[in-house]
Amino acid sequence: MVFAYNSSMHNADAAASDAAPVIRVAGLAKEYRVYDKPEGLMASVRSLFHRESRLVEALRGVALTVERGEFVALLGPNGAGKTTLLKLLSGIITPSRGTATVLGHVPWERADDFRRRFALVMGQRNQLWWDLPAAESFRLHQEIYRIDPAQFARTRDELVDLLGVRKLILQPVRELSLGERMKLELVAALLHEPEVLFLDEPTIGLDVVAQHTIHTFLRHVQTQRQMTVILTTHYMKDVAALCERLVVITGGEILYDGSLAEVVDRFTTHKIVTLDFDEEPDRAAVERLGFPCEVRGPRVILRIDRTRIADALPPLLRGEGVRDVSVEDVPLEEIVAELFRAGAARPPRVTEVVP
Amino acid sequence: MLAIAIEERLVYRGDFALGTLMRFLPIVTQVFLWTAVFSATSRGDIAGYSRNDIVAYYLLTMLSRAFSSMPGLAGGIARSIRDGSIKKFLVQPVDYVAFLLATRVAHKLVYYVVAAIPFAVVFFLCRGFFPPAPDAATVAAFLLSLVLSFLLGFFMEATLGMLGFWFMEVSSIVFGYMLVQYLLSGHMFPIDMLAGIPSGLPGTTLADVVTWLPFQFTAFFPAAVWLGKVQGGELVRLLVLEVAWVVVMVVACRVAWARGTRRYSGFGG
Repeated sequence: MVFAYNSSMHNADAAASDAAPVIRVAGLAKEYRVYDKPEGLMASVRSLFHRESRLVEALRGVALTVERGEFVALLGPNGAGKTTLLKLLSGIITPSRGTATVLGHVPWERADDFRRRFALVMGQRNQLWWDLPAAESFRLHQEIYRIDPAQFARTRDELVDLLGVRKLILQPVRELSLGERMKLELVAALLHEPEVLFLDEPTIGLDVVAQHTIHTFLRHVQTQRQMTVILTTHYMKDVAALCERLVVITGGEILYDGSLAEVVDRFTTHKIVTLDFDEEPDRAAVERLGFPCEVRGPRVILRIDRTRIADALPPLLRGEGVRDVSVEDVPLEEIVAELFRAGAARPPRVTEVVP
Repeated sequence: MLAIAIEERLVYRGDFALGTLMRFLPIVTQVFLWTAVFSATSRGDIAGYSRNDIVAYYLLTMLSRAFSSMPGLAGGIARSIRDGSIKKFLVQPVDYVAFLLATRVAHKLVYYVVAAIPFAVVFFLCRGFFPPAPDAATVAAFLLSLVLSFLLGFFMEATLGMLGFWFMEVSSIVFGYMLVQYLLSGHMFPIDMLAGIPSGLPGTTLADVVTWLPFQFTAFFPAAVWLGKVQGGELVRLLVLEVAWVVVMVVACRVAWARGTRRYSGFGG
């Protein structure tokens, strides 16, 4: 790091642009006006003349700074404002208040110079043309992003091989499975070597193998290119496999922003201790240990306070008939669910509504 | 971009030939109708059109409409706004309107290649209805008016489609537009037949008013040019007016796009 610092001293400009955060967001808010559609014929007729509308706050003043090369997971319950934030950052929509810069540009000004440097992949939406083979859509991207032909062929081949989809690029996209399509969407999004990548639920509905392939792929490409990635997901597997940083958003506000390790540290008070006995132990004896417990045949699962774990373990290990012991952190799903509940427990929030 | 659009178009080449032939069906009814009209009156011409002129006129408006009509353009834009597929054009460094224009040019080119044969056959069979071919300058003005009618038709419909940013459903607006278009473009009858009817404005006839509107350029004008109904200074004046309308619609389309996208809230995921 010291060496890198020294060498960048020679070029103050480069150092400055390198050091500046890639994404800078302050006080970002987005409100939608929604029209309630009343039920019933008479009410519908009345609504022709007067429509009830209300403002729904999808984002309520969000602040966020992301440095180059970070891989950030954006988590939150449905309607928390995750997708709205991604839409703002990619310039699809204009905010009601607040500021944001991505790569030094205001996203919703949609400058071509900005749009050539990032990519957005939305789970269900396709950039690929439905009736044409993916290879054709790739060529269209080459034109749109003005990628040098040799560079284009090289990048395409590399990405396609990493995902093992070379054979699929000549088939019409509509004939492909969901997982195959998502892989090709990713290739399409990365052809122009974006510096920033927004992924909106990229693994939704995919099987375990496809998810794993995509994880490996994303990790590889991200490290190699030092790409800045923001990913929204509901799968903790994605988070555990990819992200060091976690941003939890509920009710349009950021509830937590920090490292994955820290969240586990801060929000887990317990360890999960699993004991395997030779045969089913006496339930009363287990309960006498004084920890919340669950008995499943010869397996006993205890929740032990982290501060007491050092004292609690030795007697357990010495226990009669204990064959195996494992100590684990509370699963990430549980921690995050806990966080979401904490968010929901705060004063009621209006949720994101898609009109 | 052009190449991709052409390929995409060729995927559905099946419905092309049939669709082209179907386009000529209404004209047969028109010919019968006007034959009946002419046999009912003893006059040899109506508002300067003989029966042969009328048939030639309708065939020529078919040709102008092959340039100026934009099936599905407004509806397609509105749909992409509603279902969210317009998002990719906001994210990618490509101009949506330019993209649509390129796609449309591609579609038209493919269409002309395929439709050239049926068009040629029909025009050959009907050659007896046409007056002798006009001079080179008129032909040039005719071709120019066709190209301009393509641009005018495109930007009018594209602007209409952009209304999708404000209204969820534009199909009734499009329908209303089609109706006005059908009446005032000369698609239904030559608009100079309105010359005898006062418009209500002092000293003008309905034909004068309709001539100032953009619609006539999408069907009537090219046909009138070929048939020699407009000539000399009048021809130049109308070509300038047409260019002016194209410019107005380009600006309208741009403004609608700029305002619409600022208002857009990215529905559909």
